[in-house]
Amino acid sequence: MNTMQSLTDRKKVVSKKEMTFMEKLYLPAIIGGMWITFKHLFRKNNTVKYPEETREFAPVYRGQHVLKRDEEGRENCTACGLCAVACPAEAITMVAAERVKGEENLYREEKYAEKYEINMLRCIFCGLCEEACPKEAIFLTDRIVPSNFERDEFVYGKDRLVEQLNDRIDITKRQHTGKRSKI
Amino acid sequence: MVKVTIDDVQIEVEPGTTILNAARQIGGDVVPPAMCFYSKLPGTGGKCRTCLVEVAAGSEKDPRPMPKLMASCSTQVMDGMIVKNKTSERVQEGRGGVVEFLLINHPLDCPVCDQAGECNLQDLGFQHGGAKTRYEEERRTYDPIDIGNKIKLHMNRCILCYRCVHVANQLTDSRVHGVLNRGEHAEISTYIENAIENDFSGNMIDVCPVGALTDKTFRFKSRVWFLKPMDVSCECTKCSGKAVAWMFGDEIYRVTARKDKYGEVEDQDGKTGWICNDCRFEKKDPAKWSIEGPRKINRHSVISQGHYQSPRGNSQKKIN
Ligand code: SF4
Ligand code: SF4
Ligand code: SF4
Ligand code: SF4
Ligand code: FES
Repeated sequence: MNTMQSLTDRKKVVSKKEMTFMEKLYLPAIIGGMWITFKHLFRKNNTVKYPEETREFAPVYRGQHVLKRDEEGRENCTACGLCAVACPAEAITMVAAERVKGEENLYREEKYAEKYEINMLRCIFCGLCEEACPKEAIFLTDRIVPSNFERDEFVYGKDRLVEQLNDRIDITKRQHTGKRSKI
Repeated sequence: MVKVTIDDVQIEVEPGTTILNAARQIGGDVVPPAMCFYSKLPGTGGKCRTCLVEVAAGSEKDPRPMPKLMASCSTQVMDGMIVKNKTSERVQEGRGGVVEFLLINHPLDCPVCDQAGECNLQDLGFQHGGAKTRYEEERRTYDPIDIGNKIKLHMNRCILCYRCVHVANQLTDSRVHGVLNRGEHAEISTYIENAIENDFSGNMIDVCPVGALTDKTFRFKSRVWFLKPMDVSCECTKCSGKAVAWMFGDEIYRVTARKDKYGEVEDQDGKTGWICNDCRFEKKDPAKWSIEGPRKINRHSVISQGHYQSPRGNSQKKIN
């Protein structure tokens, strides 16, 4: 025969041999299967009873974003747009504004994000925004974005992204790079 | 015609051509960067030293190498000259030093700066700059000031290339803008913030290689990589009327002159295509322009990031 040479050696010839009497009974096979199931009753559980019990998150878990403030409570984000250009899902939009006199305690830089929105339905939680940020402003956290019936509710604005002054979000575990140098 | 070899590429040029212009005639990688030289402004060059090259042989008659690195924008070619730019380690090292000097007083402002994404200093810093600074002294700082009501000057970012001064000298009839003081204390000034009332003063923004002079009508509005540059034209009595509109959806965020790959304003109808302040600052209504089509942007530029569709979008249809 002049068949083509197989490219891999993974080919298997299917055998179609007649079943023996014992095999035709099926019972031994069924009992064998039940025995395996029975043995599992005495094994340690691999699952947890969510939501009563939750698993521990890895320190670098990528969940809902936070826009950080600095030690003095000023917003770090300067609306530079690098997170938005890095985002593969185009989930981030922002509008910048100029800081006016008297707002120095609110925003760290001369320019700040007046609006900043992340569409959590678009976001794939890849963390590229965090990596792109030159101001250590955006971080992903171990919080899960809650489900909702309304699609609009998934567009998170600054109200839900910027951390509250009295409820700071700890990101030290995922940030020990010390990116911001003293210049 | 004289023969000159730049990075092993030979070319014949007119006598009197500078090394930089000869390299630009070859094009591509052999062209040294230039921060202060501007071919459309006679008299520029020789200030920034980023265009340094090594002259390995002075000429046919006297083939001794020049001992120091030469500023290619202000050194003329000689017959039989051999120049090294990319291929010379000395040049790369020297240029790295120049960049370090340029950055000594430069703020770490790119996230705030409107020039980011189209800034020559950013490109240079990316190619040559170290990740760390060795400078320990205080940086020289100034408050941003207004030059007229449409231009913002961030003296912190200025590299003292003098291009804007040449624009003021050559394009405008009365000069009210120049450099005050010397050395470390030199600063661009409009003689006590005298407003520049001239139809072409806005071109300073286009010639500034960094973000020292920026358009106040565009200030902090967006980042260049979110905008779509379109070639547009209009009937203008003062200038060529050929410009680039930087659009976001159907809105024009800013208008600039058309620039070539060296960041210099292109020639329009045989003349340098400077645009007037009316076109630059006042005409933000798309109905005032006829759109010729999307501007070609180098695909390695951040500006071409994320433009999946034809940048014409729907605006084209609506305007026609
Ligand atoms: S995590 Fe990834 S997809 Fe989500 S906003 Fe950041 S960059 Fe975009
Ligand atoms: S979060 Fe960071 S990267 Fe994004 S705009 Fe703000 S400063 Fe820039
Ligand atoms: S002038 Fe260029 S290098 Fe300097 S802050 Fe602006 S973008 Fe950055
Ligand atoms: S303001 Fe800009 S164009 Fe003028 S000298 Fe400074 S860097 Fe050059
Ligand atoms: S471009 Fe030659 S010295 Fe600046």
